[in-house]
Amino acid sequence: MNLTLRIWRQTGPEDKGRMVTYQVDDVSPDMSFLEMLDVLNERLILAGEDPVAFDHDCREGICGMCGMMINGMAHGPQRGTTACQLHMRQFKDGDTIDIEPWRAQAFPVVKDLVVNRSAFDKIIAAGGYITAPTGSAPEAHSMPVPKSDADAAFEAAACIGCGACVAACPNGSGMLFTAAKITQLSLMPQGQPERYTRVIGMVDAHDEAGFGGCTNTGECTVACPKGIPLNTIGRLNRDFLMATKKAAGKPGS
Amino acid sequence: MDLFTEGDPIADTKAPDGPIETRWERHRFESKLVNPANRRKMTVIVVGTGLAGGSAAATLAEQGYRVKSYCYQDSPRRAHSIAAQGGINAAKNYRNDGDSVYRLFYDTVKGGDFRSRESNVHRLAEVSVNIIDQCVAQGVPFAREYGGLLDTRSFGGAQVQRTFYARGQTGQQLLLGAYQALERQIGLGNVEMNARHEMLELIVVDGKARGIVVRDLVTGEITTEFADAVVLASGGYGNVFYLSTNAKGCNVTATWRAHRKGAYFANPCYTQIHPTCIPVSGDHQSKLTLMSESLRNDGRVWVPKAKGDDRNPKDIPEDERDYYLERIYPSFGNLVPRDIASRAAKAVCDQGRGVGPGGLGVYLDFADAIGRLGRKAVEAKYGNLFEMYERITGEDPYEVPMRIYPAVHYTMGGLWVDYDLQSTIPGLFVIGEANFSDHGANRLGASALMQGLADGYFVLPNTIANYLAAGPFEKVDESHPAAAEARRDVEDRLQRLLAVNGDRTVDSFHRELGQIMWDHCGMERTEAGLRKAIDEIRALRDQFWQRVRVLGDGEGLNQSLEKAGRVADFFELAELMCIDALHREESCGGHFRAEHQTEDGEAQRDDEHFSYVAAWEFTATGQPSVLHKEDLQFEYVHPTQRSYK
Repeated sequence: MNLTLRIWRQTGPEDKGRMVTYQVDDVSPDMSFLEMLDVLNERLILAGEDPVAFDHDCREGICGMCGMMINGMAHGPQRGTTACQLHMRQFKDGDTIDIEPWRAQAFPVVKDLVVNRSAFDKIIAAGGYITAPTGSAPEAHSMPVPKSDADAAFEAAACIGCGACVAACPNGSGMLFTAAKITQLSLMPQGQPERYTRVIGMVDAHDEAGFGGCTNTGECTVACPKGIPLNTIGRLNRDFLMATKKAAGKPGS
Repeated sequence: MDLFTEGDPIADTKAPDGPIETRWERHRFESKLVNPANRRKMTVIVVGTGLAGGSAAATLAEQGYRVKSYCYQDSPRRAHSIAAQGGINAAKNYRNDGDSVYRLFYDTVKGGDFRSRESNVHRLAEVSVNIIDQCVAQGVPFAREYGGLLDTRSFGGAQVQRTFYARGQTGQQLLLGAYQALERQIGLGNVEMNARHEMLELIVVDGKARGIVVRDLVTGEITTEFADAVVLASGGYGNVFYLSTNAKGCNVTATWRAHRKGAYFANPCYTQIHPTCIPVSGDHQSKLTLMSESLRNDGRVWVPKAKGDDRNPKDIPEDERDYYLERIYPSFGNLVPRDIASRAAKAVCDQGRGVGPGGLGVYLDFADAIGRLGRKAVEAKYGNLFEMYERITGEDPYEVPMRIYPAVHYTMGGLWVDYDLQSTIPGLFVIGEANFSDHGANRLGASALMQGLADGYFVLPNTIANYLAAGPFEKVDESHPAAAEARRDVEDRLQRLLAVNGDRTVDSFHRELGQIMWDHCGMERTEAGLRKAIDEIRALRDQFWQRVRVLGDGEGLNQSLEKAGRVADFFELAELMCIDALHREESCGGHFRAEHQTEDGEAQRDDEHFSYVAAWEFTATGQPSVLHKEDLQFEYVHPTQRSYK
């Protein structure tokens, strides 16, 4: 199939950036979306033009490194699918496809389709863990976890940190990402001691990083390639409310 | 010119003697310790943030050392450990089914085809139980039973249910556990995290590893970084084949650079080829996707009996199908170990009976299972895998049999390390898939995650203290001649790559190199093929340095330049892999030499001549490497020939 691509090109953070049109012919429907970009890049290199920079690594939908707006949709038109797992058979011969980076204040563009998502790491560093230094763990079976809680925790833990939720959100909010981790850890008995300090720390880090607020639009969960449910945000809000009530100026609570 | 020369055998592995179950405890007791007040005066560099590197960096920081951590990805959470599906072994014996530390040790030595070090493997089995405790305490959401206790399953043909799992995403969940522990230390200021940084050289001062040269992949800035010890946790080198189940960025550069600086590279020819991957669909293919091995529990593998039979599989009647695994291995059938299933698939495709594009595929058919269990039950077991298959191939495996083909998955070889996980360069430690140690010639399913976390959480943080007890070492900085030289080497090399400005892309060379390796150093190796491969690799490497085209400069994000440096190192590694495969005149585990097989086509080990680790010493570019042998002693598990008939 033959395609017209309109790709966001930006040499660096200072550059204003622009859409540039490329024609790519002889695309196989069996190619993944990123393989189609590989083909374009090979041709650009041979033509002496700078190839399009984009992030990717595992190419099997689990590392969370790839991500781009494809026709205005985070990771493209197929539900529950990362850009690396999207295949060209989802498109038609003659299509024009717009490809842009994630756009959010908290994710500045590095180059072309590559953005800086280190704000996500800062949110985790601010409390997205259970303190359990190596060697200090009790025997694994000393603390049973009801299967329903373990399964729900797993569902939230499936987040790959790709940032599609932020890119899809009209507010550029990272609330689904933050809520997924809070939900996972607050559902487990191991996560209880730090439950309320965690939510305060993570939400503060989220806000400081320049993410917008959540207005329950729900675009995030639709764009999420792993289907993280929206009700995780409800859990975050409840924990946050409890935490601020409990805190009431008491240190260490 | 000879391909290699032979040097002195390795005299001391520091592996303790005495009863095997007491060795680790005694060794820990006899090792020196570092006073907590002194730990904060010492810095450790950790390269890589996968299961091994992430867990090591977090643990060392918890102990009080200053840690500098590096990864090429944009976040430490993305390391390729994240893609591991199946599970993690541990000798908990929660099932009361006869498992024990000793049995896990025994199975691992045997599964490795008697090419690993007994002391190391026993230690691995011992700490396996601590890993599960540690991960549960971190909140890793393992699968659980209704009573709230952990669920386990049997994996890869093991006779006990010792594999803990989190659906098909065990690697992800374990890695996120380690990543969160690491982020906690970053937040506390104990770890300096450098994402999007790539190690391009090791700095050796007075015979000791004292630092690395790194390139900031965003700004292009090259800096020298110093420490009292350096830990490499940079993963395996499967991408030398271009197509593999590894992530696109996985590379050998960190370990290869260290090899060139004096660290021996052990058993490079041991590669694991996984039988159940989605076949190549065309020249555009950039990577291969693994389909969990569990599919072989219910799927039946077959090809048409007749050559070139390209009928729709549904139109091929039962008596014109060859269920070749069931035919050749009646007792294990479709569940034979990975290496055997892979080789058998290659054999039928070589006979012209393969299916799908290029005839490189075999059917994995669920029609029987659907008939026996019903579609619903099959969906419940394998639904997500079937979905993934359909997403990639556009075919519905409930209706049409899946097509699978073997793909490179894991590398058992790596930098040689002693019992302390220290390489032949003092102060350079190597952990996880990057070292060679615990899996011998073949790794068992669900053992990679176990080894990565064993090394990072429990082994290295103990053994590195014995080395650091002599520190802190004399301060070095960028003005030291060794550092300046290492830095200059990196800059020169990048300039050379940029200066060629030829007419071929990096990927085109990588693809061609991969094809040479797959054809001659893949599932089946022969002397003639390996000799041919060595000539072809050398010729292609010369072409690479004359014709590669890398645009732009080194001043900012330049993904072609990153790739070019990695491929240049793969060229050198590829040659050593072929030499290692050529010199090992036997078949063992993942290394199958066609000249060395039994009458019925099974791998034939030669314990009399090859019961050793081949550790290679680099001399100079284009000069023969020196082979050092580490003799393997089997006091507990006595070598036997594997048989799955």
